[in-house]
Amino acid sequence: MTDYSQKYQMTPVVGWLLKDRGGMILLTILIAAAILVPIGNLLVPETSSFHVPTWMLSLLGKYLCYALLALSVDLIWGFCGILSLGHGAFFALGGYAMGMYLMRQIGDRGVYGNPELPDFMVFLNWTELPWYWYGFDMFWFAIVMAMFVPGLLAFVFGFLAFRSRVTGVYLSIITQAMTYALLLAFFRNDMGFGGNNGLTDFKDLLGYSLQSDGTRAGLFVASCVFLGICYIVARGITQSRLGKVLIAIRDAESRVRFTGYRVEYYKLFVFTISAVMAGIAGALYVPQVGIINPGEFAPALSIEIVIWVAVGGRGTLYGAVLGAFIVNYAKTFFTGVMPDFWLFFLGGLFIAVTLLLPKGVIGAVPAFGAPDRQSILSSMRKRLSAGGKA
Amino acid sequence: MRNDMFSVLRRSPFSITQTRRFAVRICGMVACLMMFAVVSPNVAQAFSDEELRNIAEQLNDKSSTKQVAIIEEMAADGDPRVAPILKAMLEGDLYVRDSDEHVVIATKKGKVYTHIDIISGEEAGESSSKELDKIKVNNRLRGALRDALATLNLFSPDHAVRTAAVEQIMDARDPAMLPLLLRAIEREDDETLLARMNLARATMALAAGENAEERLAAIDVLASETTPQIRAVLSQFVASAEAEGIEPEVVTAAQDALDDVEGRLSNWQTLGDVYRGISLGSVLLLAAVGLAITFGVMGVINMAHGEMIMIGAYTTFVVQQILSSVLPSGSPWSLIIAVPAAFLVAGMIGVVIERCVIRFLYGRPLETLLATWGVSLVLQQATRTIFGATNQQVTAPDFMSGAIEFSTGLVLTYNRLWIILFSLIVVAGIACVLRYTAFGLQMRAVTQNRRMAGSVGIRTGYVDALTFGLGSGIAGIAGVALSQISNVSPNLGQTYIIDSFMVVVFGGVGNLWGTVLGAFSLGIVNKFLEPFAGAVLAKIFVLIALILFIQKRPKGLFALKGRAVEA
Repeated sequence: MTDYSQKYQMTPVVGWLLKDRGGMILLTILIAAAILVPIGNLLVPETSSFHVPTWMLSLLGKYLCYALLALSVDLIWGFCGILSLGHGAFFALGGYAMGMYLMRQIGDRGVYGNPELPDFMVFLNWTELPWYWYGFDMFWFAIVMAMFVPGLLAFVFGFLAFRSRVTGVYLSIITQAMTYALLLAFFRNDMGFGGNNGLTDFKDLLGYSLQSDGTRAGLFVASCVFLGICYIVARGITQSRLGKVLIAIRDAESRVRFTGYRVEYYKLFVFTISAVMAGIAGALYVPQVGIINPGEFAPALSIEIVIWVAVGGRGTLYGAVLGAFIVNYAKTFFTGVMPDFWLFFLGGLFIAVTLLLPKGVIGAVPAFGAPDRQSILSSMRKRLSAGGKA
Repeated sequence: MRNDMFSVLRRSPFSITQTRRFAVRICGMVACLMMFAVVSPNVAQAFSDEELRNIAEQLNDKSSTKQVAIIEEMAADGDPRVAPILKAMLEGDLYVRDSDEHVVIATKKGKVYTHIDIISGEEAGESSSKELDKIKVNNRLRGALRDALATLNLFSPDHAVRTAAVEQIMDARDPAMLPLLLRAIEREDDETLLARMNLARATMALAAGENAEERLAAIDVLASETTPQIRAVLSQFVASAEAEGIEPEVVTAAQDALDDVEGRLSNWQTLGDVYRGISLGSVLLLAAVGLAITFGVMGVINMAHGEMIMIGAYTTFVVQQILSSVLPSGSPWSLIIAVPAAFLVAGMIGVVIERCVIRFLYGRPLETLLATWGVSLVLQQATRTIFGATNQQVTAPDFMSGAIEFSTGLVLTYNRLWIILFSLIVVAGIACVLRYTAFGLQMRAVTQNRRMAGSVGIRTGYVDALTFGLGSGIAGIAGVALSQISNVSPNLGQTYIIDSFMVVVFGGVGNLWGTVLGAFSLGIVNKFLEPFAGAVLAKIFVLIALILFIQKRPKGLFALKGRAVEA
């Protein structure tokens, strides 16, 4: 991939970024979108064909959050072989942290007009705020928590799992159990997170109304910026020597361990970073869609994230972003046009991608994935016959 | 005297003292039967015909105070013939006949009124309305009549009505009912009902007893029973005894009796928890056992496993529909027909999935997981398209409805008992197939060493397909059983998939007995946590415990030893 002289020295950030063709394209698109889309929404008159309607702005913002989530999954699955089927949990926890801040911002404008307690607590006859809601009236605290809580959960969970060498499908199954347990827990009213209905009815963020076009454009730009930053961080990790160890762990874990590396620490590091990214994605997602409820913890959703990555191209980072956009656009399209067909399509996508496109859409583009310029059809044929013999 | 003999029959049918008292009980029963043989023909007739006619005629008194007194007098005697009279009076059907001044019940049929004699209960002529004087009823009388009728239910010839009346008295514990209850005890000839009546008498004696002996005797009677109701009676008595100035030795005895009853009840509670745990365990076992084959033996992560269960449940539904339209008399057999049908349908779909998808992915478990998840989505949506998203009604055959109820509050429903039995049969069947058939031998050979098995002539691909088919078919069979306790909807499989994986991982992959033990222990732990934590928290605790358990023993309770499983 890279030549030896560069492998053991820190390349300047700009240096390796320029060599990352896909990344450069992604970052360029992100910068262009962050500038042009808000202009198209706010400044271009509605009659113009270049006008970007607000619903599209919100939709694109939502996709950007999903893209960030997919990026976080690709970082661990594509580069370290950790298939997490519970990443939706980190996303939802970040979302809940932001949701709690937004709930506190409602103040006395709720249905019950209680300045201290959110509506659902008044409804449950609670008299005072639970201790874990303290501090969420401050924006910075909510942002820190949106990263800290998922990170902490990932750290503890990862510490236990990686230390005792729970790998492969076992890890996938227990991550799924984790998000399932959280799903059940957040459905309970006693938890103090709004139970079944979750947190919703938000009014404003930092004093700006969530309904106004300006705030929405701001959130869109923030999503672009965070996706860009997280991409650079993720690329930086995978480019570094640490990243090489991660790839080695993915391909031959035992061999890396026998060489003297503490495999569990590498895994723990990247798993925690990935959870923090998922938390950020959740925190950006909630103000844009206006609701967070326990449904986000559903195991099925977490598995869906994995397919975004698989469709785009595992182990490329920008592929995950592309996959998130493709699958979610398809979802928006099909659930609007023919809702019955959506699950057939999604299910078919899972099967087709795993069987026929192991490198995803990106892998099918010769400039990125197929260096030997072999035709895709022949590689598929080869793959099928190889699988049959195994 | 008869009461005393019956006092030995008050025990709950399964209490510990049962055997000790058995001999006494038989003697008591024989003695009572002999006594009834002498007394019974006229046992319930308290009024003579003449008395009844005389007293009934006084119902037409002008003063309602007098009328109320008469009603109470009639009711207090407990004559079964009184109830229809009072009922007719309440409904305004009681008349005085002009011709002979007799009181009759008259109902309008067309233009004439048919008379019914109050003594014999038979038709006694008819007349027009002019010849009848209605006995008028006001609200005060209506109240008195309703009360009287309620107590008279104790003497109703209908067993169910009497039972309900006794239970009502047990709940109310009104000391004013005591004389009536005593009379009912004298006339009752049903053994179990008599036991209940004596118990009711004891609860009243405890509250209204005149001296310590009476109360102690009542406590003695109560202590022999084991129901939540008695616990409530005793604890209420103990709590209020101090304030009412009850003798200390009575209070001590009551406290002892209360401890006794509570101890026995908590044993029953534990027994109930174990039963419910086994019941849940059998459901988990059914859901997981197919997975134990596909995941455990083949190492294939089949996320579509839940959908195989769903397909089994829908097969049951279709079989029932077909059977009820083609051969309505055969519908009780539908479940039995559905078992092989579900096995074949789910098994065949399993084979198709294996041939079309999974065989290309052996050795790549994570990709298998994703592909089978895709299969599960397709199957779910296909079911939704064909059958609709709503729940389908699968009817339960007669042998599966109903329950065994114990007076201690434990209820064993037949459908759960059948499912427990069924799950054990299924596991035994699988164990036999693996152990004793040629296919089982080939399957184990392929699992242990694929290349070696291939080189001695086993068609490994063929065995793979059949093994996956077997696992799927068994999931289909599980669907037949689970259709009896879950909603048959396209989401049926989703509810079981995570639990199934938990069971298999907990029990140890590749080990059937691990799966059995895992399912039952998870079920029992879950049900023991539920009383303290509630159903949802219990489940969360179990999940967390499992996640921690896997850290400790990553290969489950019974890990296979050796290198074969590592590959």
